[in-house]
Amino acid sequence: MGGTSAKHAESGLHHAHEPTSFWTKYVFSQDHKVIAIQYTVTALLVGAVGLVFSWLIRLQLGFPGSVSIVQPDSYLQFMTQHGMIMVIYLLTALLLGGFGNYLIPLMIGTRDMAFPFLNMLSYWTYFVSVILLFAAFFVAGGASGAGWTLYPPQSVLEGASPGAGWGVRLLLLSIAVFVASGTMGSLNYITTVLQLRTQGMTLMRLPLSVWGIFVGAVLALLAFPALFVGGVMLLLDSLFGTSFFIPIVNVFGQQLGREGGNPLLFQHLFWYFGHPEVYIVILPAMGLVSDILANHARKPIFGYRAMVWALLAIGGISFVVWAHHMFVSGMNPYFGFWFAAATVVIAIPSAVKTYNWLLTLWRGNLRFPTPMLFAIGFVSTFVAGGLTGLFLGNVIADVPLHDTYFVVGHFHLVMGVSAIFAILAGIYHWFPKAVGRMYNETLGKVHFWVTFVGAYLIFFPMYWMGFMGLPRRYFSFAAVETLPPSVQGLNVLMTVAALAVGAAQLLFVFNMIWSALRGKRAEGNPWGATTLEWQTPTTPPPHGNWGPELPVVHRWAYDYSLPGAPRDFVPQTEPEPQPAAAAKAAKAAKSEPQPEEGSGA
Amino acid sequence: MQGPALAIVIVLLVAAAVGVTVLGIWWLPPLASNWGAIDMMLVITLVITGIAFVAVHAVIAYFVVRYRRARAKRAEFIPDNPKLEKLLIGVTALGIVILLAPGLFVYSRFIQPPPDPLVVEVLGQQWAWGYRLPGADGELGRADPELFAQNPFGVDTSDPKAGDDVLVFPGSPLHLPVGRPVLFKIRAKDVLHSVYVREFRVKMDAVPGLLTQVWFVPEKTGTFELLCAELCGIGHFNMKSSIVVESEAEFQDWLRRQTTVSQAFVPAQD
Repeated sequence: MGGTSAKHAESGLHHAHEPTSFWTKYVFSQDHKVIAIQYTVTALLVGAVGLVFSWLIRLQLGFPGSVSIVQPDSYLQFMTQHGMIMVIYLLTALLLGGFGNYLIPLMIGTRDMAFPFLNMLSYWTYFVSVILLFAAFFVAGGASGAGWTLYPPQSVLEGASPGAGWGVRLLLLSIAVFVASGTMGSLNYITTVLQLRTQGMTLMRLPLSVWGIFVGAVLALLAFPALFVGGVMLLLDSLFGTSFFIPIVNVFGQQLGREGGNPLLFQHLFWYFGHPEVYIVILPAMGLVSDILANHARKPIFGYRAMVWALLAIGGISFVVWAHHMFVSGMNPYFGFWFAAATVVIAIPSAVKTYNWLLTLWRGNLRFPTPMLFAIGFVSTFVAGGLTGLFLGNVIADVPLHDTYFVVGHFHLVMGVSAIFAILAGIYHWFPKAVGRMYNETLGKVHFWVTFVGAYLIFFPMYWMGFMGLPRRYFSFAAVETLPPSVQGLNVLMTVAALAVGAAQLLFVFNMIWSALRGKRAEGNPWGATTLEWQTPTTPPPHGNWGPELPVVHRWAYDYSLPGAPRDFVPQTEPEPQPAAAAKAAKAAKSEPQPEEGSGA
Repeated sequence: MQGPALAIVIVLLVAAAVGVTVLGIWWLPPLASNWGAIDMMLVITLVITGIAFVAVHAVIAYFVVRYRRARAKRAEFIPDNPKLEKLLIGVTALGIVILLAPGLFVYSRFIQPPPDPLVVEVLGQQWAWGYRLPGADGELGRADPELFAQNPFGVDTSDPKAGDDVLVFPGSPLHLPVGRPVLFKIRAKDVLHSVYVREFRVKMDAVPGLLTQVWFVPEKTGTFELLCAELCGIGHFNMKSSIVVESEAEFQDWLRRQTTVSQAFVPAQD
């Protein structure tokens, strides 16, 4: 922790620079908390578009032909943009840009990000990428319908897929701009965590939220360049007729003047990014869930060290498993042995995390406000989705299931639904701190129950469909003659559930807006939490976060129900008692149970 | 009441998930090839992951009831338990090995075609499948993507081995003899496609510029659908073909009645 004393000397500096004009305070803000909210709101708005697209997809599958704007070409466009929006522009942006920005400086006890200007630039660059993303909808031919994986040759050969002209070009530009934004953000988060921790905040005292976001940011920094490179080469193939990924092809009787490219090269680049991307999303989500579970179980997170090492192990291994997305791609079949073995090994650190979440609940004193429900929902859907990775990762079992609905169910549960659950848990949990008011608990609970049960009804049947061999990305199954008619019944059920889950999100939006304006005023630490963000002088925290003095950290982030402590949580800022006093207090604690102090639902 | 409610909902969801799966209402289509080992791997994996799925949810359901908030009580301060953690890691690792080892063993057979298979070239294009089988000489003639400009199969008609090659044009079914190993040599003309026959449990992408392959032994007679499993544009969902598996004699009879390369295309002028 070099530079601590220097930081203390400059304490108060930020107050001198507090922005006063509307533009510098709310629009081109350099305050990490404002940028976090900008990221969160933008990502949720983009996500709402993705949600509507999923409705259109589901309506076509449940009630074929019921929505006239869904045709074989537009179906693929809605599907492609749904995937792209959800994975990149919603989940990645919200977990790193939203939660990363809000929580890192507050949880490590600093006044802002290491590079506040870069932080602002990162958000506005993301904003530009969103504009480009949506601009592609309005060009001739529309947005790309090549699948979110954008596999060449079809993604860039005009006529081979919908939106193969300017639709895909604008999307590729948008991705390139997003990568620039993500790189600025990741560098900032990494530097901030490494350099700006307050006095006493050692790495092994960091809350797991910070660890998850930190490892996610490292992965983003290393993985996104592969997408950038692949995207730029694909753009050149599209714009200038190069052949990085395009061999000799004949489209509808037309011999195109391309040769020498290899479609598999793009797949390797894409998945070299694409697999770590899953963990860029899920590691921060795991971090948030760990902290929320511990807090509402009033218990230390079980096996903190193992949790940190598991995050690092998952992050490391995630770079050597990418070709498990390509088991039947035609790559050298001997790759299968390595990529299968490396892939299923990831199950071990992932299982460690799951066990430790369960053991955190064990002998706890659980309360169930909305964030706790969503956090437990995360564990459930993460397991329901993660376990089926053992089919898809084990190369031979992947063969019949590859590119079927089994895969769709798997990734939606493990990194779509569960990541969203972690995000919702996080938003409810930190809402009182960020806004200074409580959300409405009843609306929150209704939101949870519909979303949780609905998510299972939408995605679990996909496993059965996968066993039956329904290929994904089919506009209609009318041409497949050997499917039992009951499949359509399943599709109807899933569609109805999807509509209900989507509608439940409106409750969430209403709850957030109404509570931000009219909600009950929140105390500074309504959850009785140990971590630094709950110990700020005012709520919401002021510009510069801490008033004149930075907090000093004396203990780890999980002193919940510490024997002998007067309350069932001990903030990280509280000094360790003298050994003699501690022993005495522990003895007293044993003889008579302490009354409860932590408030909350 | 959120704890018990959560437990009840979780128990119901898990019971429904396990119940429907075990009842087998929606399950693999009946196997029609030699790849019973793949089905066995799916079943082993389903059992192991199913146990884990049920166990985790049983624990959650029990804990959220048993340890729901009680005013007079505090949580126990249990930061870790290295012994328990090691045990759990050991059990997990064992489960992984049980899945991986037989999986890789079956896979090693999957990628080694047996000697002397019936070689069938499968050609994917937007949005239909074509096939080419060797004629009397038992060998396929040379093909090259450059030659798609000359004929729809991209066959080198000047290759002496090519003339007797049997062509199955897009839209017509492919016939295969029952009980003989078949090796699909897979090509694509325009974009990615994927050969997928659900009852055979095989799948392999068709990649322009590459020759990919997959093998199997059809073990049941009947008609099966070959579907496209890799997104290939607007007609993806309609890109299918039929495979008729029949006796060797019927197959030979069918083969004789098909068009050959020399009948279909005028040999290239030198």
